[in-house]
Amino acid sequence: MPLRKELKKVVILGSGPIVIGQAAEFDYAGTQACLALKEEGIEVVLINSNPATIMTDSSIADHVYMEPMTLPYVEEILKKEKPDGIIGTLGGQTGLNLVVELYEKGILEKLNVELLGTSVESIQNGEDREKFRQLMLDIGEPVPESKIAVTREEALTFAREIGYPIMVRPAYTMGGEGGGFAADDNALLEIVDRGLSLSPIHQVLIEKSMLGWKEIEYEVMRDENDTCMIVCNMENMDPVGIHTGDSIVVAPSQTLNDYQYQMLRNVSLKVIRAIDVIGGCNIQIGLNPESNDYYIIEVNPRVSRSSALASKATGYPIARMAAKCAIGFTLDELPNPITGNTYAAFEPALDYLVVKIPRFPFDKFPEGDRVLGTQMKATGEVMAIDRSFEGALNKAVRSLESGHQSLTGLYEEVSQEYLNEQLMTPTDDRLFFISEAFRRGYSVKDIQLLTAIDRWFLHKVKRIVEAEVKIMNQTDLSEELLIHVKQLNVSDAYISKATGKTIDSIMSMCKEAGIQRGMKQVDTCAGEFEAITPYFYSTYLGSDEVQKTNEPGILVLGSGPIRIGQGVEFDYCSVHATQAVKKLGYRAIVMNNNPETVSTDYSVADRLYFEPLSLEDVLAVIEKEQIIGVAVQFGGQTAVNLAEELHERGVPILGTPVENINKVEDRDQFYQLLDSLSIPYIEGKMAYQPGEMEELAAELGFPIIVRPSYVIGGQNMFIFRHMDELKRYTQKLESSSKKMWPFLLDRFVEGIECEVDVICDGESIVIPGIMEHLERAGVHSGDSTAIYPPVSITEEQKETITMYSEKLSQALECRGLMNIQFVIEQGIIYVLEINPRSSRTVPVISKVTNVPMVEWAIKAQLQENSLETTGLLEETPYYTVKFPIFSNGKLKNVDHVLGPEMKSTGEVLAIAKTSEEALRKAIVPMWDPNKLPSSILCSISAEHKEAACDVLMKLKEKGVALYATPGTAELLNDKGISSITIKKDLDEIEALMKEELSAVVSIPTIGREKERSGFQMRALATRYKIPCFTHLDTLQLLVLEGSKTFEVNSLEHWHQMKETPIGQEG
Amino acid sequence: MKKGYLVLENGAVFEGDLIGALEASGEVVFNTSMTGYQEIVSDPSYAGQIIVFCYPQIGNYGINHLDSESEHLHLHGVVTGEQCEEPSHYLATGSFSNGLLQSEIPSLTGVDTRSLVKMLREYGTMKGQITAELPNTNVEWKSEKSFVPTVSVKEKTHYPGEGPHIVLMDYGYKKSILTSLQSLGCAVTIMPFDTTFEEVVDLQPDGVLLSNGPGDPEALSGTFETIRLISEKYATFGICLGHQLLALAHGASTRKLPFGHRGSNHPVKHLETGKVFITSQNHGYEVVQDTLEDTGFALTFVNLNDGTVEGLKHHHYNIQSVQFHPEAHAGPSDTAYLFDAFMNQITRTGDQHYAFT
Repeated sequence: MPLRKELKKVVILGSGPIVIGQAAEFDYAGTQACLALKEEGIEVVLINSNPATIMTDSSIADHVYMEPMTLPYVEEILKKEKPDGIIGTLGGQTGLNLVVELYEKGILEKLNVELLGTSVESIQNGEDREKFRQLMLDIGEPVPESKIAVTREEALTFAREIGYPIMVRPAYTMGGEGGGFAADDNALLEIVDRGLSLSPIHQVLIEKSMLGWKEIEYEVMRDENDTCMIVCNMENMDPVGIHTGDSIVVAPSQTLNDYQYQMLRNVSLKVIRAIDVIGGCNIQIGLNPESNDYYIIEVNPRVSRSSALASKATGYPIARMAAKCAIGFTLDELPNPITGNTYAAFEPALDYLVVKIPRFPFDKFPEGDRVLGTQMKATGEVMAIDRSFEGALNKAVRSLESGHQSLTGLYEEVSQEYLNEQLMTPTDDRLFFISEAFRRGYSVKDIQLLTAIDRWFLHKVKRIVEAEVKIMNQTDLSEELLIHVKQLNVSDAYISKATGKTIDSIMSMCKEAGIQRGMKQVDTCAGEFEAITPYFYSTYLGSDEVQKTNEPGILVLGSGPIRIGQGVEFDYCSVHATQAVKKLGYRAIVMNNNPETVSTDYSVADRLYFEPLSLEDVLAVIEKEQIIGVAVQFGGQTAVNLAEELHERGVPILGTPVENINKVEDRDQFYQLLDSLSIPYIEGKMAYQPGEMEELAAELGFPIIVRPSYVIGGQNMFIFRHMDELKRYTQKLESSSKKMWPFLLDRFVEGIECEVDVICDGESIVIPGIMEHLERAGVHSGDSTAIYPPVSITEEQKETITMYSEKLSQALECRGLMNIQFVIEQGIIYVLEINPRSSRTVPVISKVTNVPMVEWAIKAQLQENSLETTGLLEETPYYTVKFPIFSNGKLKNVDHVLGPEMKSTGEVLAIAKTSEEALRKAIVPMWDPNKLPSSILCSISAEHKEAACDVLMKLKEKGVALYATPGTAELLNDKGISSITIKKDLDEIEALMKEELSAVVSIPTIGREKERSGFQMRALATRYKIPCFTHLDTLQLLVLEGSKTFEVNSLEHWHQMKETPIGQEG
Repeated sequence: MKKGYLVLENGAVFEGDLIGALEASGEVVFNTSMTGYQEIVSDPSYAGQIIVFCYPQIGNYGINHLDSESEHLHLHGVVTGEQCEEPSHYLATGSFSNGLLQSEIPSLTGVDTRSLVKMLREYGTMKGQITAELPNTNVEWKSEKSFVPTVSVKEKTHYPGEGPHIVLMDYGYKKSILTSLQSLGCAVTIMPFDTTFEEVVDLQPDGVLLSNGPGDPEALSGTFETIRLISEKYATFGICLGHQLLALAHGASTRKLPFGHRGSNHPVKHLETGKVFITSQNHGYEVVQDTLEDTGFALTFVNLNDGTVEGLKHHHYNIQSVQFHPEAHAGPSDTAYLFDAFMNQITRTGDQHYAFT
């Protein structure tokens, strides 16, 4: 069926802020979908509260609403826009849940909005556990038997009915805490007892275990005419039991024979037909490694992380096609954009392998529980392509940027007992433990018994380990060995380390030996048809097929996997940089390795290289293309970190001179610079060893901030107010990694923090806006609630900030973007830090001010004196608030208290006419601002008690019941605020939370120490899903004054308002 | 491993590692399937050919006792990116490379098969040889005879069954065609490719299936008349070469495709419903659509990619045929229902017979 012409206006729901389990893949999906609809002449309305995304650009949709993703706001938008249809299957679980709610509440019907694509009934058939189960039984497809138990007796009866082994899953525990496999009655009872007590609703699920089974996924497309096909299948290297988002995944499947491949393919098609999905769908299946028995694990009746991966793995744009199917097209009518002359109704054939490895946040949360299970813990992922598994795996490992360039060498010191334990209990580093086991001579069989990973994968890992060991043991690197290890794509960095030769000498040895990479094309069809898509990967297993060109190109380095501190905002910047490069008439070449992103959509760049962002890989691309400049300011710290090494090898780096980049990253040079410009800064010292730290702290005076050098996201930063706290910390440090030294110690100034993103063209600068942080200094800028225009900064201070920014830009010869953070205390403006690159706030400020910041930055890098406006731009007549979102409840043992280390995974944006209203909208994901809490439990550290009284008094006056821990209660009492005292006893606190408690206020002295009761209290609050305020300035949001409305406006509407200030509207 | 070469008709040479000391020559074709290498190499339609696997890692799950499509391997050689020497599968009885060695099929591995495939796509199918030494002089490329007489059964083989009796005309049938019929309860008699009309009549079949097979259908022009007579009398189903033979027997013509269709991902559109099915294909020739006009055949399926003829149905006679492989193995079984359709064809004929007599 062709396009349904009656659809004039369609709403697409985005996925909101990034949280673990829902990342940039939905920006990719949503962006594709918006463009797919727009090109059919449909007016697209996009709703997404996440400002860091490409999809919320006014160029992607016709009307962009960055409004809270809740029913009242979405309903307002629908009333205002009066769309013909809505698509909810492209915005992850958020979009899906919203659309179901809109349907169930009768809002879609009332407003006459048609749900496009998969129907609500179908969504529920896929999502609702019981409905799905029944449907599978009806069509005769096996699902693992399971039952809910609320007592140990029930659990035992069910387990015996179903038969062992059994998987026990407690309901609603953090990170799946308390679950486990049981092989017999005794083990079962032990797990059930623990699980029942941990589950806030006292429930466990008793399920047939598929321990050790293969986990296989199929990505399916289906249209209205029932044409149904597979885009890609994938195999998890880790067997069933680890969330697929946390598994190492390979595409296509490797260990299935054709019979099994086709059997599961048929099952997938059958299930998707039964559910009646229109568009894209993901199905996960467990397959017994010793037979052809299988169980269907799960179906996602929408595009997903896996569909983004499948799209990048094959070149087939699933979300685009799903959007086209939703508006009436059938797959055979849609051209395959990769080949241009075949159609979307076909199954891609690969002539390479793809390996995905998840990126975990445990470098940021060393205290987090690293054991992997059914709760996803990864924040992002990398993908690598090669013509062998070994090659793709090695490329993926170096794409992770986790510090290791090889499989071996990481755990050589661990005891055998510990090693075995790590093999049996999967953690994020299991691949490296497996490698260590091979290095110690374990056999494939040994490791298979311990890990249940298929022998095929283990043989491949073994082959890499053997090669690594061989180089390590050889005194002279032979050409033959070099060829062998490079064919396995072992990194130059490792070869260099193992042989003691420099990376450059390894590179020249390769050249002399004629070892060369071929750049091969991803074409969906294994070479059968000519492809027109400029999407490439490198391999040492074949010749080059990239067309040489003499046209000068600019290489834009992407930001790699999403991690805390480096999120989708840098993909936004990379994509805009690419577009700007093209606009200025250059060829844009993009390198990145994150399959979730828009930057790795082959339609963004003139040429896309899906490659690791490590020196050897970047140099290889530079050699193939006529690169006249590398843009390093847009891919976060990943790209900046490459600048020096590239520069040393004569590669032209665009923007700020590399020597000057170092000036802001090296403390001494930085102070010299600030001194020379007479710009105040907060005195800091560098400590090179533990003892020194205490001495320097005494010199500086408390409170102090302590942090290791060269970090992203404030990793391992702490604020200490007393010497004993510092001493405890340094004692701990002695036993941990040496890599963190030297440490920086700064005097901690608790003032107003603000930041600017400056665009400089070498002469002039422009500052589109100053963002003020709501929380006083000490909270990482990524975790703070920020507001623009600033509310407590004077005009004079703004002028000073602009002047300092100008001075710094000129001194650093900055070209392009630079982010400067300030703190204002007692009228003095201190410079806190400079990031010589684009930042998290660039997309936010770009969107609300309508200044194409990245485009101006690229222009400034490529042209002289390109800035047309200069100075601090006029503030918008409306307020914008950026509010951080934490992946609470996903990571056990992680304390989400606000502090100098970044912990949030995403953010939402709210825009309103007044700052109060903007704040009220921003807080929606945490707290319904139109509601007052009925009761609050307060536990406030001594130093904050005074300050807390004001807001607590206000709450009390509004009729909120206050509970308080003894110390806090005492103080409140002194101030004449009555409260009910609650002992610092976890059982008592838990009982209170179970009964009724609307919020917890827990303001700690120091976070991240598990033994502290505050941490336990916050963990309990997360378990019971009770909002927890950890900073007084955030708590203030509960007592905001002003009218409560659900007014919604599109971004373009705000922009118009900027042209016509408030009050003059027609 | 010893170095070896694939030398092509156009003079191009691809280097690799030779498994075994054997050499071979034949038409070089490529297959895009990512699984099913055992089924593919044992498909008699590849007789005389050297298969290039596009997917670089072949042999991952080894070989087993269940998945071969014929007893013997009739292809001449195999070219791969990598052959897995440590296969992993509960059914595996050995490695793929060993299997080839034991059947004396030369194979060349470690080849950049993507470059090779792109060359075949651009130049069209070429002859080639796998050799241990680079030839000094120009290679003389012989044109091969038809391999159908080699791969076809030499005498009648009967498989009893309760259901309709099907004569399977063997031009190089895949075992899965037989098992597809058997799974519907059919009694099957497999007959040599040169069986006469009278011999078929003597068997008193309820339906006749013309199998797949290797090479140019024109090479079997001697059988066209027999095929015409059979298909005018019996419910007839043609698969792949069988489909081409039916078209030729009724006056259409065939021609060689530039590089054929070989893989598990070929979309065909069913014209009646507009639905697309993904099919398994393996053919180097096509029925020329323009020549169907006076044959009484109507088009039922077309290839979505290049618009070539994928299925026919006769207006008067009870004939259906498809260019693709509904029996799958390797590949998807989306069109397995065509065997049921064949059974319906037979039932309908039965009704007609009844009505006429």
